[in-house]
Formats: sequence, structure tokens, C-alpha cells
Amino acid sequence: MKIAIASGKGGTGKTTLATNLASYLSEEKQIILADLDVEEPNSGLFIRAEKIFQEDRYKMIPGWVENDCTYCGICQEVCNFNAIINLGTHILVYPELCHSCYACSELCPTAALPMQKQKMGVLKHYKKGNIDFVESRLDIGQEQAVPRIAQTLDYINSISDNKEIILLDSPPGTSCPVIEATKDADKVILVTEPTPFGLHDLGLAVETMQKMNKDFTVVLNRFGVGNADVEDYCKKNNIRIIAMIPDSRQVAELYSRGELVYDKVDSFKQSLDSIKHYILGK
Amino acid sequence: MKEIVVISGKGGTGKTSLSASFAFLSGSEAIIADCDVDAADMHLLMSPDFAHNEDFYSGQMASIDNEVCTSCGLCLEKCRFDAIETDGERYQVKELDCEGCGYCERICPVGAISMKEQKAGQFYISGTRMKNTLVHARLRAGAENSGKLVAKVKKEAKRLAEQENKKYVIADGSPGIGCPVISSLSGADYVVIVTEPTVSGLHDLKRVYELVKKFDIKTSCIINKHDLNPEITNRIMDFIDSESVVHLCNIPYSNTFTDAITRGITVLENGDTEMIKVIKNAWETIKKSINDK
Repeated sequence: MKIAIASGKGGTGKTTLATNLASYLSEEKQIILADLDVEEPNSGLFIRAEKIFQEDRYKMIPGWVENDCTYCGICQEVCNFNAIINLGTHILVYPELCHSCYACSELCPTAALPMQKQKMGVLKHYKKGNIDFVESRLDIGQEQAVPRIAQTLDYINSISDNKEIILLDSPPGTSCPVIEATKDADKVILVTEPTPFGLHDLGLAVETMQKMNKDFTVVLNRFGVGNADVEDYCKKNNIRIIAMIPDSRQVAELYSRGELVYDKVDSFKQSLDSIKHYILGK
Repeated sequence: MKEIVVISGKGGTGKTSLSASFAFLSGSEAIIADCDVDAADMHLLMSPDFAHNEDFYSGQMASIDNEVCTSCGLCLEKCRFDAIETDGERYQVKELDCEGCGYCERICPVGAISMKEQKAGQFYISGTRMKNTLVHARLRAGAENSGKLVAKVKKEAKRLAEQENKKYVIADGSPGIGCPVISSLSGADYVVIVTEPTVSGLHDLKRVYELVKKFDIKTSCIINKHDLNPEITNRIMDFIDSESVVHLCNIPYSNTFTDAITRGITVLENGDTEMIKVIKNAWETIKKSINDK
């Protein structure tokens, strides 16, 4: 079973929830935890485990073969992303604009643009007890998160025997990286906070999840600050809140040091317990 | 005219609250740009009037005319994004997967595929209660955040600033290090990185700073919630010192940020005099250091 942990707004506690939940559930179950926030992956700071595998990750871009090129310009014409320019005496490729659609390469009449690998990031696989932790990080200056997320999910599928609970720590927002991170999830947990920012961004995330026909619920973090508008919104829209985690400076301090929280803060553990019941369908 | 961009790497560090505070302090001297188009929140503190509202189109999506399609399957075979599906007879495009590359349209032997412009969101220009103009946008749920909408927000803010002879553009950036942030940073004169003393905060600060360095922009840093973890605050101070990043201020951990957001106002209007002093000083430092070379 795949559970994605997502949020519209950043900094609402996705990583805190994902890492603590992974650790708590691993007391009874096999867990795969994947950090899909490839731009700023943080889960690894909380799950300190032994690295068992590492691999560079690539994307495919056209490489120009000067001797075979006739400068016909078809490559530039077929590229919808302006990633390839025909200067008449030279072909320029902009790798960061390329979406790896292969159109230029496969439609080139003289096969002068064979696709080649370009490094985009690194995937790492760690193991600790019952937890397999997979992290993928985008190299600095690389723009496209989505292909990295897709590759990470492929890797998880390759190591899974479909019996584990797979937790996906998703990137923030409501655009393409979130879609990619949540599209194969059986359930999505949206983490938010009881403030107008939390409410506004939850609304966007809910819209995205509804569009994708996802089974989703809400965890309200930092409960006690702000106001009751998020609760009212969920009630009105028939969205289930499966846990309310109290606002606590102690949790913030533990988090700041990279420590897990649930074994030290009882109210947090109780919230995890509610979430566990939801996940296991009890 | 100088463009100031506030970014954070990590979400939830107080970036938007501080951007709105600078917007408040600059008043009519600045045009404000909310570049976090994916989860735009700045307007919640500024009471905008949404005076100008237009649809934003970006990118394309394939569409198959089943009347013309001969079910040859070439499109499905060639699509690198698994965006075409079939029940064996009819072929259709999976909207969330289509990247808009147009390859299928070009190779369809019977011309059954056409590319359609995609509505990617809404774009607004508003007057606000702070007597300034806010340029903002709302990305459609699930749309591609390619940085194009961010670029449009910035371009319009700059145009207005030049036209109206404003001193500053203040931009609230987006989190992360990918396309939207790269788009937020390009062309900026000054960057403020808002961080927090947590292992994640420090980690993300270092990553986003590596990106900022590629742009050669004058950079400064605010450490929010500094007393949450004095040890990591010291490590952040050492890091920014070694990189010659201007340290603007430390802000204590408190519920003032949350309270202000809940009331729809900036932290400057929430009556915490110490907080007001610290943020006002930071804004003065920004104004001073942006002008010396």
C-alpha cells in the first residue's frame, strides 16, 4: 500500500510526520520510506541508516553530431520547448529546457542527434531495521524535478514485494511535482496548519486531489494556534481529519536537532496511533 | 529600480510574512510580486482588490479526434511520457501526463491529433491596503509550474515599477531549488534568504545558496526562530560569515507570526515592539546595502 504525505504549504510538518510514522509503523511492519522532495530532501536527516546502494540518475538529451548534420532545421521546428536552435553553422542544445521527448532525435533525417545521458541527480537507498529509505536528490542548477520523482518511484516499485507500507514524503505545492509524487498513491494525507495560509493552501491541494480522484484525508498540525477555519472547512466539505497534533515548542526543538519525536512526546505518539489505524483500516 | 527577492529553500520559515512586512514598510515606494504562484499566500495579508484579472495560457496538450483516428497505435508507441492510453480500440490522452511536446501530432499518419493551448492559471494586478500594487497569480491545480508564470509576474512587476518610477520590486519567491526558484532569481539585484536553526533549515539553506551563487547576486540572510536551537544558529552564522553573506537579523521563536497571519496582517502590525524594531532595522540594512556596490 502506498501512502503519500503531501501539503499545499511548505513547512507544515510533512517530513516530521513521514519520518516519525515510518519509524513508528516499522515496529510492526516492513516500511519503505521515500523522500520525493527531490529539490530539498530532508527525511534522511531524521532516519539515520546504513547506505546499501547509490546510483547516479540521468536524463536523456540530444547530442549533436556535426559531421552528420545538414542544418535542415527540422529539429528546431519540432521542439516545442525551444531547447534546440539551428544557427546554420552550429546546432545549440539547451539541456535544461529539454523534456526528453525524443522528437528531434527520431525525426532528424540524418540521425545527427542521438540521445545521450546527462547526470541530473543521485539516488540513495538506506536500510535500518524494518525501514528501507530511498532518497533522490536533484543536482543544484537542474530545473526539472518531475523526471527524478518518476525514476525514484520506479526504483521503489523494483524493490517492493507489495507487502510493505510505502510512505511517500512529497514535495510541497499543487503543481506538477506533487501530481507525480501522488499519482500512484492509494491514499494521500494532506498535512496543514490552522492558519489562513494553511487553509488557503489546503484548499488548493484538495482541488488537486479531487481532480486526480484521490482518496485523501487531513492531518491538522500545530493544533491550538490560529483559528478553527480549517476544521470548519473540512466539516463543510466532508473531509476527514484523522489526527490533530498539538502545537508544541518541544516538538519544534526535537525537530530542530534532527531527532524523532514520537518516543519522547506522548501526545504526538497518540496522533500517530490514530493515523496508523487509518492506514491499516481499523 | 532594484529588485529584491525573498527566498527560503525550506518551506514554512516565515518567508511570506517577512516579504509582506517589507512590502508594508516600503509602502508606495515598491511594486510587490508574489512569485510563489504554486501556493500564493501573500495576498492574504494585503487585502488586494484583484482589479486586473486575466487567464494565463502556457504549454499545450494533445487531443485525439476519434472520428479520424485509425487506431494504428503509433502515438502510444512514440510517447515517452506514457500519456496515451487505449482500451484496444479508442485512443485517448491522459491529461495529467501529457507534457505537450507535440511529437504525436507530428507523426500521426492521418492527422488525428491536434495540440491545444492550455490554461495554466490566473494572473492578477491589484491595489492593496498598503497603498502599493501587488502582482500575483494562481496556478491551476495540477498545472505545470515551469517558471513561465513566475517570469510573467516578475516581468509585469518590473514594467510597472519602471513606468511608475518606483524604487523597488519586492518579490516573494518560491520554495525549493527547481524551475520556479530559478525563474524568481533571474534578473534580481538582491536576495534575502530566510532560514531557521533546524537540521532541515541549515541543509536547505546550503543547497539554495549554492544555486544563488550561480547568479552572482548580493545575498543576505535572516535567521527566524533563532532561539529554537542556539547551536545550529551558530553554525548558520559561521556558514554565512564564511560565504560573506550579509546577516540581517535574528528573530525569536514566537507565535507572533502565526497570530498575525490569523488576523490577516503583517507581524509589524501585531504590536510586538521588539519584533517591529528588528524587522525595521533589517529593512533599513537592505536598503543601504542594495545601493552600495
